[in-house]
Amino acid sequence: MARGAAADKSFDVSTATSWVRGRGVYVAFVVLVIFNLIVTPNFASVVTLSTLLITVSPIILVSLGVALAIGTEGIDLSVGSVMALASAFLPLYLGYGWPVAVLVVLLVGALAGLVNGSLVAFVGVQPIIATLALLVGGRGLAQIFAGGQSLPITDPTVLWLGQGRLFGIPAPVILAAAAVLVVGFLVNRTTFGRYVVAVGGNRSASFLSGHPVRRTLLAVYVISALLAALAGIVATARLGASDPSNIGLLIELSAITAVVVGGTPLSGGRVKIMGTVMGALLIQLITNTFIANDLPFTWAQVLTAAIILVAVYLQKGRGTA
Amino acid sequence: MEQQAPVLEVRRVTKRFPGVLALDDISFELRPGEVHALVGENGAGKSTLIKVITGVYRPDEGQILFQGEEVSFSEPRESQEAGISTIYQEVNLIPLLSVAQNVFLGREPRGRLGLIDRDRMNREADEILKRYGIRADVTAPLRSLGLGVQQMVAIARAISVDARAVIMDEPTSSLEAREVETLFGVIRQLRQEGVGVIYVSHRLDELYEICDRVTVLRDGRVAHTGELAELSRLQLIAHMLGRELADVQKEGATGFGEEHETAEEPVLQAQGLTQHPRLREVSLTVHPGEVVGLAGLLGAGRSETAKAIFGAEPVDSGSLKVGGEEVKMGSPAAAIKAGIAFLPEDRKSEGIIPDLSVKENIVAAALPRLARAGLVSEKAQDELVEEFMQSLGIKASSPDQPVRELSGGNQQKVLLARWLCMNPKVLILDEPTRGIDVGAKAEIQKLVDDLAVKGLGVILISSELDEMTEGSDRVVALRDGAVVGLLSEDEITEGNLMELLAHGEDSGNGAKENGRDADG
Repeated sequence: MARGAAADKSFDVSTATSWVRGRGVYVAFVVLVIFNLIVTPNFASVVTLSTLLITVSPIILVSLGVALAIGTEGIDLSVGSVMALASAFLPLYLGYGWPVAVLVVLLVGALAGLVNGSLVAFVGVQPIIATLALLVGGRGLAQIFAGGQSLPITDPTVLWLGQGRLFGIPAPVILAAAAVLVVGFLVNRTTFGRYVVAVGGNRSASFLSGHPVRRTLLAVYVISALLAALAGIVATARLGASDPSNIGLLIELSAITAVVVGGTPLSGGRVKIMGTVMGALLIQLITNTFIANDLPFTWAQVLTAAIILVAVYLQKGRGTA
Repeated sequence: MEQQAPVLEVRRVTKRFPGVLALDDISFELRPGEVHALVGENGAGKSTLIKVITGVYRPDEGQILFQGEEVSFSEPRESQEAGISTIYQEVNLIPLLSVAQNVFLGREPRGRLGLIDRDRMNREADEILKRYGIRADVTAPLRSLGLGVQQMVAIARAISVDARAVIMDEPTSSLEAREVETLFGVIRQLRQEGVGVIYVSHRLDELYEICDRVTVLRDGRVAHTGELAELSRLQLIAHMLGRELADVQKEGATGFGEEHETAEEPVLQAQGLTQHPRLREVSLTVHPGEVVGLAGLLGAGRSETAKAIFGAEPVDSGSLKVGGEEVKMGSPAAAIKAGIAFLPEDRKSEGIIPDLSVKENIVAAALPRLARAGLVSEKAQDELVEEFMQSLGIKASSPDQPVRELSGGNQQKVLLARWLCMNPKVLILDEPTRGIDVGAKAEIQKLVDDLAVKGLGVILISSELDEMTEGSDRVVALRDGAVVGLLSEDEITEGNLMELLAHGEDSGNGAKENGRDADG
């Protein structure tokens, strides 16, 4: 059985590379933590940890949605603009009480997702183009709705979402953790999760297996936009005021980085939830490390770029293996 | 055309890919002013040969001579500049540019200051098109023209570079009958000008109408080469399928093919499936416990019929009943629900989901049934997977191994498991044993037999004649998208089958001389 022997050999190589591929982000994170423990003053403190987690929460929220989109061999570039829309709408309906305001914001998010998802699933527009339209237009719309100004948020419940704590844990962290659990459950336990990876892994095969390909794509973009809207609420509440020009600016890039570094292949077919969370933590920690040590921020960007290249390179071996 | 020096000569060329000998010591000659048919079934090596000639691939052994000199092209552009033009199945032009711009793309006539001389370009393009009897406004954007005219423009572009050899890869697959006539006019003109044409097509009528000589490839070798007029259709098909006419009547011995008891009521009835221009009024019935073979040469509409029944391709008209109940056309989900299962021809691109595990691949179609309120029951899933991995003998290190790491035969069994766990009423198998090793092949054939005995209706598509004749209880023969004949039980011999594929009358629209592209 020469065939079997050859298969065994290639299996060893592929397990080795897939070990690195699957865990690289964890290794990098641990290395960076150790580096900080040695170099950065006061790194091992509750304040440092809580700052890191609060700053990374919105990134984690949007990354989860982007991970789903990438899992279907798509992408969602519009998350930052959806955050801006959320920020613009949040103060507008606070007069009717916080539940109405939050509900309106989530509806706006869902609508944005329906637009993206319909373009991708029914019109057949490439995801990068479909969501690019909203990336460009969404922030403009947000500024129009906000009337070009930043409105303060005074409602204590909404403010709590960005600034409050429960049992000492910051509210944004609780929200992000809850989202991780929900999306992780969706991906790993439900038929929807299977459809996502099947559509991303081989759309024809998925269609021929009777999967609702279009409905799945639609749902993915709606979920992504809902998570982005939630991230917009958190970021706005943390700031204490709406700021549609700056909230979520360029966050799509951080999200894509987190997803890719976390081991979700850009070619779709897999969604790594914990990897994505670690990816987000890693890039945030890189930024924090450079700031804490008074290093030029530009070098943090160069290092992030290098990590992206390594992550993509490690994925390249896939498929051909 | 008495033995002129060949314009293009392929000498003893061998090309290997990992695990495959794609071309095995191929020699081939294209004479000036001849139209040379290149035919063969899937995987015979036609595309590889064309790619070796045009410089997409380098031959591992052997030489290529063009106009008497040895050449070694490292990319298609070089072969094109040397005078070998290739016209591909799909139009490879720029839709938004004008016809003239497309004809001269990359070599536009320049005027003063090196600017493009638009008038001259339009004038010359017009002349070229006229010379070959192609009527089109050269200033119109290409996409405003019909697909056929676009194809003509591609051909005009190809031959206007002073090509000495033109390769046409299924040029008529998207053309209407009238456009085919224009194309043939162009080819005859080329022949007069002393250009050598390699013509790849599966349509026998066309080959006999336009080609002078033929080379038949099979399994990477030249199975036959010679004057086409000296070869009957039956002989041509025999060469393509690798059969000696004398042997055709003998029964094979694959152990595939028990006779099955069939019930009276059909389990599947497809009526008048039409999909322009690929299917015309295809009807077929399958009874429980019956294996119905769908026979035909490449491009006859076998896979298209299978996909139409399964709802994977939309149809223009036609209806489908399973167990007497009407099934919605055009939706695999509806077909699956009705009890149809479909093993597609292309395992890689339409079957397996490569990065998902064996387990996830097996339950792909069964997901809705294994889930309650959208939650997948791990227990039900594991039980099902274990049962089918065992009963089909799927060899994998664990159910969690990615399916791409399995051998072709095991991947095919995974796909079979995906469908068998649905308890289907009708199983459509499109080339179920292609590209898998002999052992797995026999196992799969045995399995199909066993399933039919248990009352499953099977539609079998296979390019292997013995698999077809021995496996089927009834055979429906297709040609050019229409049913041309039926064989049952004792009539199913390789001889009868080849006879049908060569000469079978078009039962859909009555006999038509040029039995293609009717407006049914």
